[in-house]
Amino acid sequence: MTAVRIEELRKVFGTFKALDGLSLTVEPGTVFGFLGPNGAGKTTTIRILTGLAHATSGRAWVIGKEVTASGHEIAHHIGYLPEEPAFYPWMKPGEFLDYVGRVFDFPASERSARIKELLALAGLEEAAKRRIGGFSRGMRQRLGLAQALFNHPEVLFLDEPTSALDPAGRKEVLEFIEQLRGQCTVFMSTHILADVERVCDTVGIINRGKLVTSAPRDALLAQYAVPAFEVEVDAQCEEGLTRWSNALGKESWVKTVLVDGLVARVIVSDVEVAKRELLASITQAGLILTRYEIVRPSLEDVFLQLVNQEEGRQ
Amino acid sequence: MNLFVAFRKEWMEFIRTYRLLIVAIVLVFFGLTSPLLAKFTPEIISLIPGGTEISKVIPMPTVWDAVAQYVKNMAQFGIILALLLTMGAIAQEKDKGTAAMILVKPMPRGAFLGAKFLALAAMFAICLIAAGLACYYYTLLLFEAMDIVRWLWLNALLFLYVMVYVAVTLFCSTLTKSQAAAGGVALGLMVVLGLVGAIPGLGKYLPGELIAWGTRLMQGDTSISWTALGVSLGLIVVSLLAAWLVFKKQEL
Repeated sequence: MTAVRIEELRKVFGTFKALDGLSLTVEPGTVFGFLGPNGAGKTTTIRILTGLAHATSGRAWVIGKEVTASGHEIAHHIGYLPEEPAFYPWMKPGEFLDYVGRVFDFPASERSARIKELLALAGLEEAAKRRIGGFSRGMRQRLGLAQALFNHPEVLFLDEPTSALDPAGRKEVLEFIEQLRGQCTVFMSTHILADVERVCDTVGIINRGKLVTSAPRDALLAQYAVPAFEVEVDAQCEEGLTRWSNALGKESWVKTVLVDGLVARVIVSDVEVAKRELLASITQAGLILTRYEIVRPSLEDVFLQLVNQEEGRQ
Repeated sequence: MNLFVAFRKEWMEFIRTYRLLIVAIVLVFFGLTSPLLAKFTPEIISLIPGGTEISKVIPMPTVWDAVAQYVKNMAQFGIILALLLTMGAIAQEKDKGTAAMILVKPMPRGAFLGAKFLALAAMFAICLIAAGLACYYYTLLLFEAMDIVRWLWLNALLFLYVMVYVAVTLFCSTLTKSQAAAGGVALGLMVVLGLVGAIPGLGKYLPGELIAWGTRLMQGDTSISWTALGVSLGLIVVSLLAAWLVFKKQEL
């Protein structure tokens, strides 16, 4: 049974198609990164999957239960963290978690133990006696994650969980998500590629309400990676670098050479030939090398490549 | 079960945000001052320049003046408080996102909505009881004892009158995400209700008649306005039902 299955989902707001025939499956136990530019339809998808919004057409299932028919059936089995989690400012974190526990009908002793456990997990033990109204954005985000985990969800929906956090807050939240691997299926929407690269094992890319691709992260990187090398030279070789790059661009195994200051990015068509020829070429040109690197393909390259291809088609 | 959970949260909110205290203070204040004002109006008027002559023509205040003052104050401030406390009940939770946080969990929307109405009803009931007791005590001190059963009936009718406006405003609060807009729509509906009530012959069928009925009852007239009672209860039920139907289908 798939954790999430979406078939031809459409959502139209007036004349705007937020989702335009989205189809997607997410396997159980994975940390799925739902990637797309702003306005691509990520939040709309999550809102439909959690029963907070209705699809114009199409169907969707979460842990085998159809959410497009009755969203409430899955309420016991999912957790949800919106992009900006909202709380009652007069409550203390333990009180909010207690309210959530009562909604899930946890018995008092179990509820109390779970509250302690989650406050510790979210690092909010010291702030337990403070009102949520005075919490920082990072603290609210961690409390949001804690409340989403209260019922040990089978599928956890996270909508842009790190988008408004500072680097320290982002690191904390990503570490938190990493700990969930294997415990539940995580469906995480984001536009931050580095976050997906760090924690997600499967990636789905959405653009203009349509799925561009969906695959395991490593397979995606291998398939769409741009073979590139980066060369950085000493300051006195700036002119030499330009001459060298112009000459190199004519080689059959070189696709493009992009020079930015003292750094040249060489995109090649044959990595093996490049590995043999590039260093020799630099030596022949008399350049003083300060850095030489085979560039690790990034999800950013893949994402931009795919989204641009999609835009080109449209 | 979830109705109780949601009610518990609403009640905690009323206490923590001092709403219960504020409503109690306002209503008890007017409960206490109504008989005082009725008793001392002639003295107060005599203190203003030229007031001595006017006060001579004012009849001696009676217990009915205290009751009339109380009914007027409770009805006016009851409506104002009903509007102010209810207009954001759903709208604000939708706007801030707390409704989405909770309703994605196994909390039925009907329970979420019903708990709000019940909590408001409990708050107004408690505060009206306190105001009624305060007014009864001061009336006893300054005038004479009133028929306690009729006094209870009057306050029950006042409560029902306020609950009509709570239910109508709660419905308006489900329509929009802005509490100001919800308040505006509710105010508009109240004005319409008032205008319809001003049409000769129609007023006796509307919630405003509950006030007149209660006042008559205190004066010994036992005639019952069944139609107004039915219309008021009907308005409460229809408003809550409409609110539930709207809210049930709404995207958050």
